[in-house]
Amino acid sequence: MEIISNLILGLGVAMTPINMLYCFFGVLLGTLIGVLPGIGPVATIAMLLPATFALNPVTALIMLAGIYYGAQYGGSTSAILVNIPGETSSVVTCLDGYQMARQGRAGAALCVAALGSFFAGCVATVVIAGFAPPLAEVALKFGPAEYFSLMVMGLVAAVVLAHGSLIKAIAMIVLGLLLGLVGTDVNSGVSRFAFDIAELSDGIGFVIVAMGVFGFTEVIVNLELKETREVFFKKVSGLWLTKADFKAATPAVLRGTVIGSILGILPGGGALLASFAAYSFEKKVSKNRANFGKGAIEGVAAPESANNAGAQTSFIPLLTLGIPSNPVMALMVGAMTIHGIQPGPQIVTNQPELFWGMIASMWVGNLMLVVLNLPMIGMWVKLLTVPYRMLFPAILLFCAIGIYSLSNSSFDIHLAVIFGLLGYVFVKLSCEPAPLLLGFILGPMMEENLRRAMLLSRGDATVFFTHPISLAMLVAAGIMLLIVVAPAVRKKREDVFVE
Amino acid sequence: MKIRDPQDFWAGVMFIVFGGAAIFFARSYAFGSAAKMGPGYFPSVLGGILIALGLFTSLRGLVFAGQPVGRFNWKPLLYVLGSIMLFAFALQSLGLVVAIFALIVVSALGGHEFKLKEVLALALILAVGSVAIFNYGLQLQFPIGPW
Repeated sequence: MEIISNLILGLGVAMTPINMLYCFFGVLLGTLIGVLPGIGPVATIAMLLPATFALNPVTALIMLAGIYYGAQYGGSTSAILVNIPGETSSVVTCLDGYQMARQGRAGAALCVAALGSFFAGCVATVVIAGFAPPLAEVALKFGPAEYFSLMVMGLVAAVVLAHGSLIKAIAMIVLGLLLGLVGTDVNSGVSRFAFDIAELSDGIGFVIVAMGVFGFTEVIVNLELKETREVFFKKVSGLWLTKADFKAATPAVLRGTVIGSILGILPGGGALLASFAAYSFEKKVSKNRANFGKGAIEGVAAPESANNAGAQTSFIPLLTLGIPSNPVMALMVGAMTIHGIQPGPQIVTNQPELFWGMIASMWVGNLMLVVLNLPMIGMWVKLLTVPYRMLFPAILLFCAIGIYSLSNSSFDIHLAVIFGLLGYVFVKLSCEPAPLLLGFILGPMMEENLRRAMLLSRGDATVFFTHPISLAMLVAAGIMLLIVVAPAVRKKREDVFVE
Repeated sequence: MKIRDPQDFWAGVMFIVFGGAAIFFARSYAFGSAAKMGPGYFPSVLGGILIALGLFTSLRGLVFAGQPVGRFNWKPLLYVLGSIMLFAFALQSLGLVVAIFALIVVSALGGHEFKLKEVLALALILAVGSVAIFNYGLQLQFPIGPW
């Protein structure tokens, strides 16, 4: 079994003391920011990117990955105890988790969330190990036409699955693609949209955009809302499940894991979509559906398993195709580039230690998370009593220091402020920033592949339709668009996100 | 003509402005041909698409009723962004410690409650922690003080 020897290789990498230590840092930090509402994995990873310069690439990626799936564990804690989702992917956990807490069953809810996440995390690790290498093999045969169509499909999938207006989301992608072009054009050496500003000739840093439209904007929007929190921490007791709970939760965990694993792989997928889909599916098929919204344990088990599975399998498109499917993965691309690693199918064969080490670390990390989240729950609950007025200045400070340390220039900080302002305008106009970020990351790659494909075909645009794989991907993108535009489905899609 | 969905209408206008700017500035870059694309090709095409999408969004905003644009809350907006700009200015000339105090105090003014003692304590802790972690721990090169 090749997969087993590969996983053993990976475990060898993941279990070295330094990697274990940074994996622990990652999941600890992930849990922390997961518990705290108002700061998400995007801002945190962006903040820490510069600090990973000095580390070995594997160690850096292990830590950054840990932040993402660690946040999925932490997010459920605040959802259950405070009725505030610590992460957007825990929004649906509030519905039944908080009700369970009010009925004095917070312990059971926290327990099922942690154990379900752990199970899902283990399964997702195996899914990545099994699916990624064959997919990478296929991807190695891709030419520029296939890559271009793949990116089109990925971007379409991202907007189809996102909520809000479809047209605006597509426009945000195009705007992101344009912003990604700022700087020196690699083919001609012409400086584009840089307006003779020296700092712009290398392009706009990804971290700057992410910090602006996610970090700063998030803080401003949070400050608009009144702070209301009611913590149920006195009632956390009995961190274990009864036999009946176990029986009810097991099928929900299984279904959630399957849904999450599949939706994570899709471009545009990830933890958020997985948790919504798993909750609505569970609500339809569960025997206990009458109790949903009133403290049904299935309503916690399914989405919490799904978001963890989805968070992990969303690494598959990144590691095999080099294409980020959500903003967190886009940041991982940034992290790889900082360390001189070109994300793409060649990673599996050229850098097996990196690839398998990262996968194995997820399993190790999940094990740490169960320990961090169950016996030590009291510590996290205390954290929730820290008021936001103490948190947000610190968040802003870390963002600012993170940006500055990227290139030791205060110009970058001012640029991030402009993106913060722009992000605030986006919020007021109901334009989603996530598609913009995806477009921003893919912009240069897309142009490069378009140019190459058209050069090879001597300017014949039909090349995208005559290559079978490319055609299939464009057809898939077209079908997805048609489905969403069809009114009946549009209604349904809104329903899912209204819940 | 009445704007029935201000959010859509103004979002469309924003896209048209960005698309128009892209095409305007891309005019000075060589366009090339489909087979040999110049640096102006892709941005011009994207600009055109963005304008089309913007027009569509704006027109929809004239036809279908929708949400008003949310009120701008100038207080958190100005204090938060202002505090960060202040940090950037102070960092270069006055050093990390002064910059941290400026950022924390000014941004805290943008919150719902402002307790001076609490804010100063927070700034002190963060300043000491940052110098320890970033200057000594991670060896990043920050000017610590104005000297």
